[in-house]
Amino acid sequence: MGGITVAGSTSVQPFAELVAEEYVALYPAERINVQGGGSSAGIEAALSGAAQIGMSSRELKGEERQLIWIEIARDAIAVVVHPSNPIHDLSVEQVRGIFSGQITRWSEVGGPPRPIVVVTREEGSGTRGAFQEMVMGKADVDPGALVQDSNGAVRQLVSGDASAIGYISLGLVNREVKPVALGGVEPTVENVAAGRYKLVRPFLFVLKSPPEGATKAFVDYVLGLEGQRALAHEGLLPPSAER
Amino acid sequence: MSQIAEEARAARRARPFRHAERAVELGLLAVALTSTTVLALIALFIFVEGLPVIAKVGALEFLFGARWAPSAGAFGIWPMIVGSLAVTLGALVVGVPLGLACAVFLVEFAPPRGAAAMRPAIQLLAGIPSVIYGFWGLIVVVPAIRGLLGGPGLSILAGSLILGIMILPTIISISEDALRALPPAYKEGSLALGATHWQTIWRLLLPAARSGLLAAVILGLGRAVGETMAVIMVVGNAVKVPESILSPARTLTTNIGIEMGYASGEHRQALFATGIVLFAIIMVTNLVANLVINRRQG
Repeated sequence: MGGITVAGSTSVQPFAELVAEEYVALYPAERINVQGGGSSAGIEAALSGAAQIGMSSRELKGEERQLIWIEIARDAIAVVVHPSNPIHDLSVEQVRGIFSGQITRWSEVGGPPRPIVVVTREEGSGTRGAFQEMVMGKADVDPGALVQDSNGAVRQLVSGDASAIGYISLGLVNREVKPVALGGVEPTVENVAAGRYKLVRPFLFVLKSPPEGATKAFVDYVLGLEGQRALAHEGLLPPSAER
Repeated sequence: MSQIAEEARAARRARPFRHAERAVELGLLAVALTSTTVLALIALFIFVEGLPVIAKVGALEFLFGARWAPSAGAFGIWPMIVGSLAVTLGALVVGVPLGLACAVFLVEFAPPRGAAAMRPAIQLLAGIPSVIYGFWGLIVVVPAIRGLLGGPGLSILAGSLILGIMILPTIISISEDALRALPPAYKEGSLALGATHWQTIWRLLLPAARSGLLAAVILGLGRAVGETMAVIMVVGNAVKVPESILSPARTLTTNIGIEMGYASGEHRQALFATGIVLFAIIMVTNLVANLVINRRQG
C-alpha cells in the first residue's frame, strides 16, 4: 500500500499539499504523496499510472483528453511588480507591449525612468501557456526576458528587483510583490468571482479512470466543503459551475 | 613416482580454488560491463530520442537557428551554444588564474603544515552541492552585480563567477599534481645557475608542466560546460544571444534543466537533441584532455 500519489503542476502543488495535509490529519491511516514536475509531467504520470492523480494548471489537449479531468478550483494569474514600483494599473495592451519587448522603460507607462526587467516562465509551463493565450495572443514573449521555472522563483526575483515585472498565480501573491490592476480591474477574488478579472485558468485533477476507493475519498474531500474552504482561504476560486 | 602422485593430488586440491577464482573474475567482468553498458544505453537513448527532431528541423537550422520557441515549433539552439561558450569562457577567466596561482602557492611557497591544512579545504570546495553555490550566487552575487553594475544581475557575469569558483578544486588539484611530478633536478639546476625562485617558477616550472596544466584547464572546462543547477539559478535563462557580460543568457544544460518539467512530444525530443550537442561537446573535451595527458606521459 503506497497510498495515493498526486503529481504534476507546480502551480497546483502547494494547494494540493495543503489540502492533503489536512486530509491526512483527519484520516491518519491515509497516505498522500504530493509531487511537482509540471502539468505535462502530471498528465503523463496519470496516463502511465505512475500517479493516481495528475495535476494540471492548463486544459487538456489532443489525446490527453482521453483522461478524466476534474476541475478542483480556478486560479487567477496576477501581473506583479516590486512593492516600491508606483505603477498600480496597466492596460492589457501595455502588459503585452512590455512582455513582447516593445515597451522597455517604465517611463513609457507612466513610471520611473528605469528599464523594465521582464520575468517570464519557461516554455511549456501552464502559467505561461495561460498568460500567452489570454494576454499575449499572437505576440511572442521577448526572447531577452528572464526565465524562471516556478511561481516561487518569479516571485523571488520580482521581490528583489525594483525594475522587474512578472506574472504568478494569484494565490501565491504575498507582501513581497505588488499585483497590478489590469485595465482598472484589481486581481482580487471578488473581481474574479464576478467575472470582471479575466486572467483565470482551471486547476485540474486528471485521472486515468473514474476515481474509486481511497482516491475517490480524497477527490471528494477536495471538492467537498472542507477542501473548498481551505482552497478559498488560500486565494483560489471555486470551480466553474458546469463540469 | 610418489613425487608425481603427490603433485597430481596437490593439483586436484587446487582445482576448486581455480574455479572460485574464475567465478570472481567473471563477476568482476560483469560489474565492469554493467557500468559501460549503462553508459552505452543512456547514450543510445539520448540519440534515439533526440535525432528525429534534428532530422526534422535540419542540423544546420537546429544548431544555428536563433529562435527557440518550442510551442511555435521553432527549435534553434544557437543562443544556448553562445551562452554556454560565454559562461564557460568567463568561468575559465575567473578560475584558471586563481587555480594556477593557488597550485603554485601550495607547491612552492606554502609551509608544509599550511598546505596540509589548505588541501582538505579545497577538496571540501568540490564537495559542496552545486545548488548551494547557486543559492549563494542568487542571494549574494546577483544583487551585488545589480547594485554595482546595473541590469537585472542575473547574467553571464554572475554565472562565470560562480562557475569559476566551482572549477577551482579541479584546476588546483590537477595542476598541483603536475607541478609536483616535475623532476626536482629542474628546480635545483635553475636555482644553482642563479635564477631567482620566481624566475624558476615562471620560466621553467610552469612551462615544463604545461601539458598537465592544460589538462587541468580542459577538465575544469568540462566541469563548467556540464554544470546545471547553479547556473540555472544565476544566469537568467533568457533565450537570446547575449550582448554583453551583463546580459542574461541560457546555456545548453539549463535549457534542458529549466524546460524538462513541462516538455512533452517534440519539445521533449528537442531537449534530448540539446543533450546530444552537449554530449558531443563533453566527449570532445574529454578526448582532448586524454590526448594532452597521454602526450605528457609518452
